[in-house]
Amino acid sequence: MSEKKLMKGNEALAEGALRAGCRFFAGYPITPQNEVPEYMSWRLPQVGGAFVQSESEVAAINMIYGAAATGKRTMTSSSSPGISLKQEGISYCAGADLPFLIANVMRGGPGLGNIAGAQGDYWQSTRGGGHGDYRLFVMAPNGANEMGNFPHKCYEVAFKYRIPALMLADGIIGQMMEPVEFTNAEIDIKTLKEPDWALGVNNGRAKRIVKSYDLREGCLEKMVLERVKRYRQIEENEVLYEERMIEDAELAIVAYGTSARVSMAAVKMAREKGLKVGLFRPITLWPYPKKRLVELSGKIKKFLTVEMSLGQMVEDVRLSLNGRSEVYLHSKPGGSVITAEEVLATIEGVMKKGAKEYAAIK
Amino acid sequence: MYQGIKLSGFGGQGVISAGVLLAQAGMMEGKEVSFFPSYGAEMRGGTANCSVVISSDEVTTPIVSEPDTVIVFNEPSLTKFEPLVKKGGLLIINSSLITSKAARKDIKTLYVPCNQIAGELGNGKVMNMVALGAFAAATGAITVDAIANALPKVYKKLKPEVIELNVKALKRGAQFKLN
Repeated sequence: MSEKKLMKGNEALAEGALRAGCRFFAGYPITPQNEVPEYMSWRLPQVGGAFVQSESEVAAINMIYGAAATGKRTMTSSSSPGISLKQEGISYCAGADLPFLIANVMRGGPGLGNIAGAQGDYWQSTRGGGHGDYRLFVMAPNGANEMGNFPHKCYEVAFKYRIPALMLADGIIGQMMEPVEFTNAEIDIKTLKEPDWALGVNNGRAKRIVKSYDLREGCLEKMVLERVKRYRQIEENEVLYEERMIEDAELAIVAYGTSARVSMAAVKMAREKGLKVGLFRPITLWPYPKKRLVELSGKIKKFLTVEMSLGQMVEDVRLSLNGRSEVYLHSKPGGSVITAEEVLATIEGVMKKGAKEYAAIK
Repeated sequence: MYQGIKLSGFGGQGVISAGVLLAQAGMMEGKEVSFFPSYGAEMRGGTANCSVVISSDEVTTPIVSEPDTVIVFNEPSLTKFEPLVKKGGLLIINSSLITSKAARKDIKTLYVPCNQIAGELGNGKVMNMVALGAFAAATGAITVDAIANALPKVYKKLKPEVIELNVKALKRGAQFKLN
């Protein structure tokens, strides 16, 4: 435990990763995540780590490919367009079963978009932004405090199951300041065991190979299916979510990250008006808390997804519920500011029977 | 207790610094706080703003869409943010640089010649502290002492005499009273 410190989300993320054992960072600058490499550039050398400002995002992810293959805790970060550039490398790392941390502090898109906070990269993060059948362990922090504390969990899961972990934040979470309390003990990297697949100096041990390809007939299928077993274990063991005022709710908002913060303000406003509204916040976006949503659908008949996108996570809500409850969407694309007042208006519209402008998504 | 604040002015006037200081002071007083800056193509001479929340309860959203208090340091900020002030809320105007008067009658307005007072104290840079002092006295959301205590935490490299000057500016600001 440590005392509370007022920190920027991006700085908390960098410090949190370092405390969780990160000793190598490679990245290329882009707003709104520049404080991450800036912080790492002076802080990593203090703890005997290495920081590289690479010549491009593509170079950074390939440096991570190499560094992660040594079994050490490594990290790269970027924002939406830069994450797109990294997709080939992420796919290679996933195919080579390499654990590392990647952070996406999302901005408005598509294309160069703008530098405001947005949530348009949900599909890219949860569906595999690169090619091939693979998954990432995806966590969605809702503020600076979680930015600081989630890297610990990301590395734990990444190394246990040999999967890349992604922290999906947005410009608002990256730029905001909040009291941060690091709740996990700082990891002494000397206590971390070298994984039995890690590359390095060979003192007569059996040869180790880290690669994402196998050209022999039927072998790649076997490799992929072996990996899928670990994916199933993650789906079984690593789902995280938060529920607020959900016990008696007639309508549940489903939202993550900044949208969840804004939605919570709207929930409180709705409660003051006597409306029974609660918040369901997925913390892991993959694996998605499907089972819990199905359980909730037993008593909650209306779900409202609030997203700073055209509506991406809403598809997971619909897939989870599979017609058991009505699903509505409050959508805010393009990095525009989302307010509690407008979410409240949507809540009222959805709860009022027969309001034509608020039809459930079919 | 909940206080949503918006501060806005020219880049270089200490708008962002003042916001961070308020959040730090609130945190040290045991309050829940958040700070969120505008981070567009800001530069010295351009307009910068930030949002601060100080609350006895959980801070849900760090985005302050209807501020209880707006502090404006330049003319463009007045035009932009006066309409956002919550009904019955407070608007603090740096009357050294803003010649216009507030248009709204459903809010409280406090005119503080921040630059002039900072000049009298011998350092124009502390004009943002004058505004914070006025804010503390007018709202009671935070005390002048709390802001003073937060100064060395936020500005670690400031010499004691400069801290003292900032505290003087806070106290001068706190003498301004609402009519």
